[in-house]
Amino acid sequence: MSIEWIYTFVYLAWLAGAACFVLGLHQMNSPATARNGNRLSAAGMTVAVGATLVWLVAQPGGLSPTAWAIIVVGFAIGGGAGLYTARTVKMTAMPQLVSLFNAVGGGAAALVAIDDFIRLSDQGADLSTTIFVVLGAVIGSVTFSGSLIAGGKLQGLIAGKPIMIPGGRIVTIAIAVVAALGTIGLILGALGTLTLTGSASVAILAIVVAVGLVFGVTMVLPIGGADMPVVISLLNSFTGTAAAMAGFVLGNPVLIISGALVGASGGILTKLMADAMNRSVINIIAGGFGGAEGTQTVIGGPGGSVREISADDVAIQLAYAQHVIIVPGYGLAVAQAQHQVRELAELLETRGVDVKYAIHPVAGRMPGHMNVLLAEANVPYPQLKEMDEINPEFDRCDVALVIGANDVTNPAARRPGSPVSGMPILDVDHAKSIVVIKRSMGRGYAGIDNELYADPKTGMLFADAKDGLAALVSAVKAV
Amino acid sequence: MSNELLTSLAIFVLAILVGFEVISKVPATLHTPLMSGANSIHGIVLVGAMIIAAEADNPISYALAFVAMVFGAMNVVGGYVVTDRMLQMFRKKPAAAKAGSEDAPGASGS
Repeated sequence: MSIEWIYTFVYLAWLAGAACFVLGLHQMNSPATARNGNRLSAAGMTVAVGATLVWLVAQPGGLSPTAWAIIVVGFAIGGGAGLYTARTVKMTAMPQLVSLFNAVGGGAAALVAIDDFIRLSDQGADLSTTIFVVLGAVIGSVTFSGSLIAGGKLQGLIAGKPIMIPGGRIVTIAIAVVAALGTIGLILGALGTLTLTGSASVAILAIVVAVGLVFGVTMVLPIGGADMPVVISLLNSFTGTAAAMAGFVLGNPVLIISGALVGASGGILTKLMADAMNRSVINIIAGGFGGAEGTQTVIGGPGGSVREISADDVAIQLAYAQHVIIVPGYGLAVAQAQHQVRELAELLETRGVDVKYAIHPVAGRMPGHMNVLLAEANVPYPQLKEMDEINPEFDRCDVALVIGANDVTNPAARRPGSPVSGMPILDVDHAKSIVVIKRSMGRGYAGIDNELYADPKTGMLFADAKDGLAALVSAVKAV
Repeated sequence: MSNELLTSLAIFVLAILVGFEVISKVPATLHTPLMSGANSIHGIVLVGAMIIAAEADNPISYALAFVAMVFGAMNVVGGYVVTDRMLQMFRKKPAAAKAGSEDAPGASGS
């Protein structure tokens, strides 16, 4: 079979793989087909990678022993590490693992672009290749370091609170200037205006990459832990774009299609997440550079006093209620209290109490993360209600149990003039009685007081989500 | 610009539009698995790593290609497996079974 024919088949296999990615993502529309969708996508990946191997072997000369060794050993090490971590990670630690996988994906895209540039540097890369190389290398390296920082924050290796870099603004501007100068230099080199030796242009690219790595760090460090989901989603979109740029460099269609697909999907997802928090993506990223202290526009709460309540009192309320709605939030995810909450809910159900969960779109550490955590703790899927579905039910709910959720329950969002104004919230204040489990009166990410806590119907149970729920479980048993 | 590049740009733009259209229909509940699923798809950069491994002819390229292979393979394999684990939890539980009375395979959380 001639090489042209083989290329035709390989190309068609790449297209089939790309089609599987699109169809697979489409099947992730509903919980019923989502798993098949992911498997279809994995099958597409297998086809695309297999076809690539066939293509490389079919080249005149085939694959050198060294190339074989790099591909086989590299795949075994990387794949083995990925398989092991993915199977053993606890679901609470899953967001940072996704962040890590995103980091290495971005790193790989940057390396592909860099390697191709080094190969072409002797004869001089043409203009379009140079542009795609610089884009792929910069975006890939920003994603690499940024995702590592984001994962480190979620894992607790780096403080979750916004870390202000001294002179952050100046550092950012300096970085942008260096990156721009380097890029212009490389473009002029490609045009022939500037005579660059091969090693000089590689050195410039190295500087641009280093600057990209620094930018990833300075971009993510000042952003608070609560915003990490949006950041990871944004970086996910970046990695897709970097993969597409690598595709342009190599002239490979499957990289371009898949990269663009992920770039677009990550972009949409990022926007959806930011919308749910009534913030713009730019606001979150820029907010890291000054917003941390900037949110001092505290709307003085009603000043009402807060009523503290004991676990035994809460247990009695819960045990004799008919309808209870549990509102889990970031605090529950951080305390990893999903098993305790399920235990409490089961206990209440055996007493004939109707228990539902109200899931705000941005509850937890990532959108939908709360569903994953509760599903892991064996909470039946039908009990998990999305915001629009559950909000009317708060009116006939006896007790709303808020666990580590803050801003998403603040009635101030319904009025203009507050930082959370316009954010869709759970109508927790419509419940007949409200119990809030919270460690302290500390403010949520928006940095304002929650009027819900001053509501006369509200009782505050000050405890860590895990300890508080454990206390409630034993108290309900004793009722 | 070459014809090939223009064709690639057309593919790029159309794929972006497909991405918008496919993603905008996913419910919020599935956003995390979706992000993870999309995350594994950009592991396709593994194909790029294989291509540069095949073309490598000096120690620097060998090293770059090797690291790219390790990174890409980790992204692909880990990404799909962790997404599958997440989605496994969304499967329909038997209607008769009460919460917690059946085990969730793959759940290794404490």
